Amino acid sequence: MKSKLFVSLLLVIVILAACAPPTVAPPAEKPAAKAGFKIAMVVKNLGNPFFEAAQKGCNEAAAEYGDECIFQGPATPTAEGQIEIIDALIAQKVDVIAITANDPDALVPVCKKAMDAGIKVVTWDSAVAPAGRQIFVNQADMEQIGRIEVQMLAEMIGYKGQIAILSAAATMANQNTWIEWMKEELKDPKYKDMELVTTVYGDDLREKSYNEALGLFKSYPDLKGIISPTTVGIAATARALTDEGLCGKIALTGLGLPSEMAEYIKSGCCKAMALWNPIDLGYMTTVVSHLMASGEITGKPGETFKAGKLGERTIVDDGAGGGMVLLGPPFQFNAENIDQWKDVY
Amino acid sequence: MVTVSEEKKGRSLLLLFAGVREMGISVFIVFLIAAVSLRSPYFLTVDNLVYILIDIAILTIVAIGETLVILTRSIDLSVASTLALSGMIVGMTISKHQGIPPAVAVLMGLAIGAVLGSVNGLLVAKGRIPPIIATLGTLSIYRGLVFAISGGAWVDAHEMPRPFVYLSKNTTLGIPNLVLFAIIVAIIFYYFLNHTRTGREIYAVGSNPSAARVVGIRVDRILFLVYLLSGTLAGMAGVLWISRYASAQSDTASGFELQAIAATVVGGVNIFGGSGTLPGVVLGSLLMGIIVNALNLIRISPFWKLAVQGFIILLAVVSDALLSRRLQQAGASEGAS
Amino acid sequence: MTVKARAVPSPSILSGLLLRWEWLLVVLLGIACMVNASLSPYFLDVHNLFDMTFHFMERSLIALPMAFIIISGNIDLSVASNLGMSTIIMAASYKAGLNIWLAMLLGLAAGAVGGLINGLLVARVRLPSLVVTLGTYALYRGVAFVILGDLVVTGFPSSFTAIGQGYVGHTPIPVPLVIFAFFAVLFGLLLHRTAFGRLVYAVGNNETACRFSGVAVDRIRIILFTLSGLMSALAGVVLSARFGSARPNIALGFELDVITAVVLGGVDINGGQGTMPGVVLALFLIGVVRYGMSLKNVPGQIQNTLIGMLLIVAILLPQFLRRLASRSRA
Repeated sequence: MKSKLFVSLLLVIVILAACAPPTVAPPAEKPAAKAGFKIAMVVKNLGNPFFEAAQKGCNEAAAEYGDECIFQGPATPTAEGQIEIIDALIAQKVDVIAITANDPDALVPVCKKAMDAGIKVVTWDSAVAPAGRQIFVNQADMEQIGRIEVQMLAEMIGYKGQIAILSAAATMANQNTWIEWMKEELKDPKYKDMELVTTVYGDDLREKSYNEALGLFKSYPDLKGIISPTTVGIAATARALTDEGLCGKIALTGLGLPSEMAEYIKSGCCKAMALWNPIDLGYMTTVVSHLMASGEITGKPGETFKAGKLGERTIVDDGAGGGMVLLGPPFQFNAENIDQWKDVY
Repeated sequence: MVTVSEEKKGRSLLLLFAGVREMGISVFIVFLIAAVSLRSPYFLTVDNLVYILIDIAILTIVAIGETLVILTRSIDLSVASTLALSGMIVGMTISKHQGIPPAVAVLMGLAIGAVLGSVNGLLVAKGRIPPIIATLGTLSIYRGLVFAISGGAWVDAHEMPRPFVYLSKNTTLGIPNLVLFAIIVAIIFYYFLNHTRTGREIYAVGSNPSAARVVGIRVDRILFLVYLLSGTLAGMAGVLWISRYASAQSDTASGFELQAIAATVVGGVNIFGGSGTLPGVVLGSLLMGIIVNALNLIRISPFWKLAVQGFIILLAVVSDALLSRRLQQAGASEGAS
Repeated sequence: MTVKARAVPSPSILSGLLLRWEWLLVVLLGIACMVNASLSPYFLDVHNLFDMTFHFMERSLIALPMAFIIISGNIDLSVASNLGMSTIIMAASYKAGLNIWLAMLLGLAAGAVGGLINGLLVARVRLPSLVVTLGTYALYRGVAFVILGDLVVTGFPSSFTAIGQGYVGHTPIPVPLVIFAFFAVLFGLLLHRTAFGRLVYAVGNNETACRFSGVAVDRIRIILFTLSGLMSALAGVVLSARFGSARPNIALGFELDVITAVVLGGVDINGGQGTMPGVVLALFLIGVVRYGMSLKNVPGQIQNTLIGMLLIVAILLPQFLRRLASRSRA
């Protein structure tokens, strides 16, 4: 008992040291391989429908290019969990890490560490801050996404009335950027009769989003429309509208998964919504990762490449001096086309 | 100056209150309702009150199970994970076999919950693992199983049979089904706790386990039973949950265990076991529901919600503690005089 | 149960060894290292092994006072929220132009005040600690959101971020590990070598007896909760330095990880028992197991499941061995 404290502390260090071999082999120079890369796709959290769809695209592209797709994510959407995973990927000496960030800033140090270790860092969906990335695969132009959602809603409510936004967590960078662009779009004189009354946060939790939606109905009796730029939020809002019998009275649009929203689009609760194809996004990210690893592209604006089934692409400026690839304009879903997509993703 | 008789009168009034354990929280709820009504006239409408009841139905069911466990000086941290696992298994089953009637789905949820609850019960009663540790373990294990069996996939609204989704939406005799479920559970367990031998044994185990053993109560069986019941109720709540939100995911109800425990302790259940009433727990859930509802109605900034919620919970338990202590002192001095 | 174990005069060497919790943990840690090494070629690397510790030093710093609180018969669920509140107070005041080191002191003070409030509610109002800290769990996290909302604070000076990201000189030893080692020894000495530590055990074993014998139970409780708040704030300093940024949702969900490690370390959740070396070993055990699973790309949810199983098995195993030992004697 007397000196157990120090003995045990020592033991920990001894065990750690015993585990470690005395010398570390110098990293061997890799021959410039053309295939067989280890591409690690790190998502915000596992079990999220959107990212599970992206995994399909990752596997598809990896099979096409002869690479290995490692799909990994924490149980809950936290930066802490992602950093732990990225560190373990660095230790495994993967070739590329492709991240959609829970926190654009907190991930920068570990991403820099990855780049220092010679790993290519690609970011997609929700981008890591410019200092922590080499290229950004952007699903669609941030500005376009924000503006299009306001335009869709304005069409539904006849450019008149109170509207509200139901977002994901207040700390999510991409939602915040889209919301900024929505506000920008609303400044246009043609929206002068529309008033954005509030922005609430459902934290991408179904029950919280549902309750926030109900809260909106109750606290703003004159509400005419809701924009929910998150797949969890829009589905929960659609459910809340259906339960309260408010479909048709309050219009809904935003970004949603066809499989989740099919029921509500058909019932007219959500007449139209937008999204990009998450499978294509996963595919594109993986192709870009492959090309970065093989050295065929370096991530600089102006480079062009062939993105497999998605065709020729050009790397553009991301506005911060880095490179960015655009997947394409967001696709709009409505009652006519929903059936052909609802079983895809 | 207060005359002696007036003082005495005041004291007997206090004593009258003291007889009803739920007085503290009732007063608090009335006060809160009054305050919110001033800010939002919509708050005190039948519509909104019915909505609050629907909203707290699932919480009440889980909190009642939690209460049984806490009454025995134990705790069940795994309720939210049990809820999610039961919801996911039932959700996956009904999406494959659309013909399953909702009643069978509810029974399935009860059964799954019972199995998961009895695992907790075995670990605590037979394995002699401290409750908080055993259920901290199963909290992670059950949550992981949700992910493992679903492979990260989810069950969507359009994959669920219509009758199942309507289970939580419809009304029976004018009462919303969800509320009806909660009322039935509350009545059954009110009777169970107050009018059955086993119910009284639960209190006895919580007040003094060794004394309970001496008088021949089989403490292990009681412990096993409360976990079994808590799991069963959580399992049923899981089915209602996925019916209400029309979706089952691997992160369903994450963090809900803390809400259930909060509703229980705000409702006056002693965390050290042995005391607490079912009406108190129902009031505790009601208070939690009112806080959430009110914060939405009075248009508070979303960033203030959590802080205000935490503050009100603290205020409720502190004022309840101070009030009951005053009453006890008053009672003691009355008895002495 | 301990009495029963001691009553066994000469149990087999193996079970005798395993009966001491710390040795069981040492053996488990050894096994975990061997399993990791055989499963992944990347585990046996000095740099990787040291870098691994980055990920659980913040939780470890909180676990130290948590062990004290649990030994004294209480619990603190508000630690992660208190970390969030104090870190955001630090970050927001830095953003407002305060010198980073003054801001850090302000954050540490805020954490201590958060802990003090818990302590006062537990000791003076006599509310159960679980109830109090369940309330402040929401309140403190809420305050973090009130202060910073959806904003972020970045651009900490590199002298500050070195606290969380740096290494000691040119060695591969991370700064957070050194900070933790310092506090682990300090808390270990406090618990095992001082009168205060003995009082903490005494309060956890029998509070009523302590009160009758004139021990200032309330003061001890208040000190412990304040200490817990202070260490949570320090963990927040390390964490925000490691991130190079701070948001209100920082360290969400840490509290259950911390409690898991402390009870795995052999601290009796009902109070009165437990050792610092046990807690430290458990922290490293969980860290090594998690790192091994991350190296094999085990999904996050499955990792949690396995940690949950580890917790239950580790508690069941000694009991099982004890029963085995007493049976073989009979």
